[in-house]
Amino acid sequence: MKEAEIRRLLATNLLSVFTIILTAVVPSFFWDGFTVLGTHLTWLCICSVCVSTLNIILHLVLKPNQSHKRSSFAHKISRFLKCCIYFFMSCILFHAIIVLYGAPLIESVTETFLFAVLLSTFTTLQCLCMLGPNIQAWIRVFSKNGAMSIWESSLQITTICSILGAWFGAFPIPLDWDRPWQVWPISCSLGATFGYMAGLIIAPLWIHWNRKQLTYKSR
Amino acid sequence: MVSNWTKIPPPLFKKVVIVLIDALRDDFVFGSKGKQFMPYTTQLVEKGTSYSFIAEAKPPTVTMPRIKALMTGSIPGFIDVIVNLNSPALLDDNLIWQAKTAGKRIIFYGDDTWVKLFPQHFMEYDGTTSFFVSDFTEVDDNVTRHLDRALKREDWDLLILHYLGLDHIGHMTGPNSPLVGPKLHEMDNILKKIHISLLSKEEASLPNLLVVCGDHGMSETGSHGGSSEGEVYTPLLFISSAFEKRSGPLTQPELVQQTDIASTLAVGLGLPISRNNVGNLILPVLGGKTMREQLRFVHLNGFQLSRLLQENTPAYEKDPGYEHFKTAEKSHGNWIRLYLEGNNSEILLNLGKKVLKQYLEALKTLSSSLSKQVAQYDMYSMMVGTVIIIEVLLLLLISVPKALSSQAEFEVPLSPPLFSLLFYLMCLMLCAVHVIVCTSAESLCYFCSMSWLTAVGVMMLISALMCGILSAIAKVSENSTLPLKNPVVFSSSWSEIDVVILAGTIGHVLSLGASSFIEEEHQTWYFLINTLCLMLCQELCRNNFLLKECDPQHSTTVKQTFDSIGEASEYKNIDIPAAGIGHSELGKTTSSAEFMKGSDKWISLASPWIILICCRLLRSLNQTGIQWAHRPDFGHWLTSSEHKSELSFLAAVSLFMIFFLVQRRCSLVSKIAMALGLLGVYSYRAAIGNVVFPWQHDSKDISKGITEARFVYVFVLGIVFTGTKDLLKSQVISADSSLKSTGLCEVYSGLVLLAALLFRPHNLPVLVFCLLIQTMMTKYIWRPLKFDAAQITIMHYWFGQAFFYFQGNSNGIATVDVSAGFVGLESYVEIPAIFLTAFATYAGPLLWAIHLLCYLSSEVSRNSAAVGHGCFCYVLMRSIPVAIYIVLITGLRYHLFIWSVFSPKLLYEGVHVFITAAICLFFTAMDQNHSHKVQNRK
Ligand SMILES: [Zn+2]
Ligand SMILES: [Zn+2]
Repeated sequence: MKEAEIRRLLATNLLSVFTIILTAVVPSFFWDGFTVLGTHLTWLCICSVCVSTLNIILHLVLKPNQSHKRSSFAHKISRFLKCCIYFFMSCILFHAIIVLYGAPLIESVTETFLFAVLLSTFTTLQCLCMLGPNIQAWIRVFSKNGAMSIWESSLQITTICSILGAWFGAFPIPLDWDRPWQVWPISCSLGATFGYMAGLIIAPLWIHWNRKQLTYKSR
Repeated sequence: MVSNWTKIPPPLFKKVVIVLIDALRDDFVFGSKGKQFMPYTTQLVEKGTSYSFIAEAKPPTVTMPRIKALMTGSIPGFIDVIVNLNSPALLDDNLIWQAKTAGKRIIFYGDDTWVKLFPQHFMEYDGTTSFFVSDFTEVDDNVTRHLDRALKREDWDLLILHYLGLDHIGHMTGPNSPLVGPKLHEMDNILKKIHISLLSKEEASLPNLLVVCGDHGMSETGSHGGSSEGEVYTPLLFISSAFEKRSGPLTQPELVQQTDIASTLAVGLGLPISRNNVGNLILPVLGGKTMREQLRFVHLNGFQLSRLLQENTPAYEKDPGYEHFKTAEKSHGNWIRLYLEGNNSEILLNLGKKVLKQYLEALKTLSSSLSKQVAQYDMYSMMVGTVIIIEVLLLLLISVPKALSSQAEFEVPLSPPLFSLLFYLMCLMLCAVHVIVCTSAESLCYFCSMSWLTAVGVMMLISALMCGILSAIAKVSENSTLPLKNPVVFSSSWSEIDVVILAGTIGHVLSLGASSFIEEEHQTWYFLINTLCLMLCQELCRNNFLLKECDPQHSTTVKQTFDSIGEASEYKNIDIPAAGIGHSELGKTTSSAEFMKGSDKWISLASPWIILICCRLLRSLNQTGIQWAHRPDFGHWLTSSEHKSELSFLAAVSLFMIFFLVQRRCSLVSKIAMALGLLGVYSYRAAIGNVVFPWQHDSKDISKGITEARFVYVFVLGIVFTGTKDLLKSQVISADSSLKSTGLCEVYSGLVLLAALLFRPHNLPVLVFCLLIQTMMTKYIWRPLKFDAAQITIMHYWFGQAFFYFQGNSNGIATVDVSAGFVGLESYVEIPAIFLTAFATYAGPLLWAIHLLCYLSSEVSRNSAAVGHGCFCYVLMRSIPVAIYIVLITGLRYHLFIWSVFSPKLLYEGVHVFITAAICLFFTAMDQNHSHKVQNRK
């Protein structure tokens, strides 16, 4: 049972990684002059949209937390709206944090906001898919030893990896190398993306390695 | 034949006047400001008989090294910045000395640095002290009043004028201040007067020369010392009737080196080029001469350069510059032969041009390879120093577990090794090495030139430390073999905060290896404290919402034991606050938040965010560093003269806020003293014209504000004195810890008042936010989270570092605010000026350190060893970066940026270490008192 689930996790995660790679490669066939660095904002949009679509589809197909009871259509709609509001709020929150970290307040607002959207896609959207708009559950998952399934462990790992990636991505900005990728927010968004992909790959491996110690209690 | 060539040719100019305008930036003459305010000079540049250049000054762009560069043509080292404060006589071969030996009569008026550098060289002089930076007019009038008389006289050959007013205006108000224009106009009139007088004196024999230059420029903030564009580019004008009239469209002036001036002037005056000169001749100035003479000049220059190269490099023959020079010399010989044969055709001229070109190329290569290797390092002394520092660091690191234990004991096991055989063996060996190195080394070595007794003392220190380290290691390994599981518990109890602290410290130390990370070090600290605040926020959330879960023993293992306990409490706590971001449900939270009640909890949750916002605001107050230093910031906006009323309002509000934040901890008398002192601060700033009172709209004449500043000093001393009295009382008479903490707080508020006086008015918000953040952290973050003393110390240290940069400091010399050293002083007095400048520069770290002491000594009831732990951690936090930085720059000593980036940073680190040592002495004094008390109680 557990082995099979880990394998399923691995498959979905690899699919996500593959999608991100595709977003960097495919658009250049349709659109001349597209590069991840050159037309970075476009890539940010494409990547966010693709990753979120994929996540939502995967969530609908796989339903990793099947325990939910069937609910009415109105309930579903309100749940969906709530999710949208939460997602938007998380974008704003990330934007605020990035500005507090020193990003310019007025100039390059678009860049900062799109980066915030990307970060939200990698973190908040996953949480919304997995846990729904339920902050209690979020706090539980992100407190020590709060994960209750391998899906939640994977969520923990990918979220932390994306944020760490973005954090490390800020390091090269002060260097005076004058490389194209040092322009705000390219290094950070690339860092977040690589962090996310690393998290996706690490998560199943880590769970596989530690499967003896991980004893999730059922609800 | 060669020796005949090196004979000095006759002078080209009769009288030479050098007008050095301190801090004259290139755009003040060639830019729009020059066109507007210096019409005569502009006309000379565009249409007159002149040559104009942009001279590039090498950092450090400080007056004394620049004067040395101008007069010797060499590149003085970085140590000259420190010596700048009291300059000894210049011993190297230089232009002034050569001129004096050649019997030229020199008159000098201006900055008295010259008089100190060249004592007894001038026939007549009048020095002006350059240290009183708030004086704009008197320094220049002091020079100009001699001018008319000097110009009428005939008994001089070289007249040097050094005008300081522009530099002072820059330091006080910046390059865009309205005072700059009139000053430039004044300078223009002086140049006009000199030029007309020189023209009227000219006879048939030889023309006169007027040289106008700056020693360095000024940065966008108005100071200098660093290597930004504004600081290194200065204008250079040669004006003489010997030159051809300028015609045609004006082109951008050519770029030359500042060191080129010395050799050009030497040739112009018919003097030998000084020995250590690395500059090239500026050929256009000598261009009016015949080809033969021109070739002779460049040959002289090349000969001097290649001789200097021979003296400095053993393998000089392989140097490309030397090879070029030799070939040029050969073709020069051929040319001379042709010339002497009477061949006088076009071909000869063309051939001459070719030779000249060869020479110029050789000169360029020679001087570039010379400037690369002026730096000679005294490796042996450097190694000795590094070894001592590394040993101390190792000793500190080894004793970490013991020093942070509950007894907080830190002892160096010195007595047993002192009598061991190893110690004596090492001493002997090191002495032998010392003798061998010092007898074999040819170059001058500082450590070898010390007396034998000191050297032996240093050797003994090194070996004693080494033995101490060895015995400490032995002790530690002995202890650790017994309880094996100890390290496991240690690592498992690490919280996220510990990880951030460790990663931040390591990351910062590693970043010191890259020059751009040093230039932008403020970014590192801002980034770290932001991360720290977010971690604190997370910690607070966990503490508030998952109160009972944080039991380190249980959380390490994911076992069923945890579930039964954790589960129940966890859910109880989550449910209540999470649903609504609490308004109506505050009443219910009391059950879960037993450590704090009601609104306090929400303030505590919000405080990291408030701190983050404060830091963001401070960051945009002063834009420092190199890459983004030109960006507009709030500080510039405030200091520009149009926004005086806004600045006044901000300063008044800030002073009021400072009073509000500080007064809570003081006694009534100190409160009144504080209020009066802060009023004094405002009136001081109003007196020197930085801010205005609302009732006075016309600009009053600016004074030095000495009375007002001294009025404030009286209160500072009063408050500090009261505090010290309390401290002494608590130490000697009664063992009352509350008396001690009030005493500490009073000393702290006295220092805050001093900082308020010394900070520029636009920096007062830094002080306000500093106090605000400290209050919030103490009340809402550290008390509830119950961090241990080590963590709190490190966080204080980080914030102190960040505030160092929030104040507008950077790792370049240019940002040191020299004007702080003159607050309330009539003239330059060395010791108070140094003390005040150091205090103003390091106010951020200092205030945070004293606040740490206040906080820790109030925590003594909870943890008796808190102060000891804090002191140890503070020392450790300071010594790790310093020790590693010293090793790093020893490795990077041939780096391109060693003088412009790494050395200033080393200087800053050095001063910071001194200040830390003083702080730690204060810490130990406070702690000694405590341990004394404990012993008494026993
Ligand atoms: Zn100067
Ligand atoms: Zn100056």
